[in-house]
Amino acid sequence: MPFKIISSQCTGCSACEPLCPNVAISEKAGTFFIEAKKCTECLGYFDEPQCVAVCPVENTCVVDTTLPRYQGPA
Amino acid sequence: MNAVAEREENVEAAEAGGKMRAIADYEGCRSSLSNGKRSCGSQASESDLPSEIWDKIKNHPCYSEEAHHHYARMHVAVAPACNIQCNYCNRKYDCANESRPGVVSEKLTPEQAARKLIAVATSIPQLSVLGIAGPGDALANPKKTFKTFELVAAAAPDIKLCLSTNGLDLPDHVDTISRCKIDHVTITINMIDPEIGARIYPWIFFNHKRYTGIEAAKILTHRQLQGLEMLTDRGILCKINSVMIPGINDQHLVDVNRAVKSRGAFLHNIMPLISAPEHGTAFGLNGQRGPTAQELKALQDACEGQIKMMRHCRQCRADAIGLLGDDRSAEFTTEKIIATDVEYDLKTRKAYHAKVEDEREAKIAARQEELATIAGEMSEIKLLAAVATKGSGLINEHFGHAREFQVYELSTSGVKFVGHRRVDLYCRGGYAEDDRLARIIRAINDCHAVFVAKIGGCPRKNLINAGIEPVDQYAHEFIEKSAIAWFRSYLDKVKSGEIQHVQRGDGAIREGSLISAA
Repeated sequence: MPFKIISSQCTGCSACEPLCPNVAISEKAGTFFIEAKKCTECLGYFDEPQCVAVCPVENTCVVDTTLPRYQGPA
Repeated sequence: MNAVAEREENVEAAEAGGKMRAIADYEGCRSSLSNGKRSCGSQASESDLPSEIWDKIKNHPCYSEEAHHHYARMHVAVAPACNIQCNYCNRKYDCANESRPGVVSEKLTPEQAARKLIAVATSIPQLSVLGIAGPGDALANPKKTFKTFELVAAAAPDIKLCLSTNGLDLPDHVDTISRCKIDHVTITINMIDPEIGARIYPWIFFNHKRYTGIEAAKILTHRQLQGLEMLTDRGILCKINSVMIPGINDQHLVDVNRAVKSRGAFLHNIMPLISAPEHGTAFGLNGQRGPTAQELKALQDACEGQIKMMRHCRQCRADAIGLLGDDRSAEFTTEKIIATDVEYDLKTRKAYHAKVEDEREAKIAARQEELATIAGEMSEIKLLAAVATKGSGLINEHFGHAREFQVYELSTSGVKFVGHRRVDLYCRGGYAEDDRLARIIRAINDCHAVFVAKIGGCPRKNLINAGIEPVDQYAHEFIEKSAIAWFRSYLDKVKSGEIQHVQRGDGAIREGSLISAA
């Protein structure tokens, strides 16, 4: 399951954007969003999802349960 | 051995040959009658400091109390990201009447920031400094921060550059800071004891990992002190900001003060915690109070002598513009900046600064002259006076228009700037006139007199009833000279028995931290 950003809670601080190893995060109208197709939950890169670890608002970068879990590199 | 003790040892060794030692050892405060030379860090003047240091601070409003009456700064909000969480900060908060670090209405790109600087420097010739102070952490956004400095240095070579950081990423950027000719760096250090740190910082983000609790605070303090040493070794002036949080780090800040002094910090700025519940910070929500004016001053006084203390900090926003007490950021919105095309006028700016220097000299000469008139006077009396001023070191503001009052301590050994009290609308709005007056009186309740350019009949009566003497006879004259003259006549009246000297109560710092007004 990739991560998503709850945009109503996003402060638009941009801290997550440069940390994403998959360049999956970008800005739209002042808040940030994650491109689900690109998100690998940071598996293989870091011990913890970078966007979650750096986000200043708790429970704003969360698992998107509507999508299937990331399966790792093919 | 814990990390802090280990650092102490390393520092002792590193310090032996440290070139900032002479600066750190410079102590002393207030304008003294005996030689007229030793003066408070924030009040330091040309004769007090090595010339290379004086050149760096003489027109920096944050590093020199004396300069802050004459010169303006601007912050550009190019650095929104942060790498730590502080219990006194809520990144979701914004309000037009709010003036605090971390709060900002408009973020800028480096290109917009450089454009804005040129526009502001043209319409505010007092502007001497560009700082990057967030709203996140300058060094958690290194690309944006250094790109802004690069653009500004090319467009406006006479502007001093400075930045403010929590210090976590500082050691990684010291060489870039040095290369970019950033002469001034402010590090916020609230503790050197990780157990205390754990009560201030819920987490830090370091090396791609979130750390919490004592482990987080250990890393943070280690990196802060290491960064401070690296900067002072390179001759970069460092100011340390500390937030005074009663019951958590208030006593501990004396240890912090000693630790940063031994590492060559130039100036220490202890600021009151701002924790109004409506700001939604962890401290605001759990009822943590801020200090009273008296508590803050007592701590600043206790630390003085160790290192110069800054007492004129306005805890300004990451997009503040203008003289420290007069934020004009609302005049310079991005929309306006983009729409106007201005050329940087170095010649006019230089002429203006020369005029300011003449004013400063006149002010200092007037103070020295007046000081001579109380030379030899001895009295135990020491009191505070509030001043309504628009800058230039003059009593030039109407009581009713003042958004803040500057506070001076008067005694027979001289006159010393010891702080300021904000009295403007503090994020609430809709005060009736009576409320406003009551708030002003609470804010300057520890003062014996208030110096104004003009005052109406009603507030005059209320002030007198509250035991504060409104003084308008020195309208548009120099603050320090007038304060000494008034103090001399006050002493004469006490001596002749015309009045009796009584102690005043405590003053309130802003609205949010108002716990008890004496």
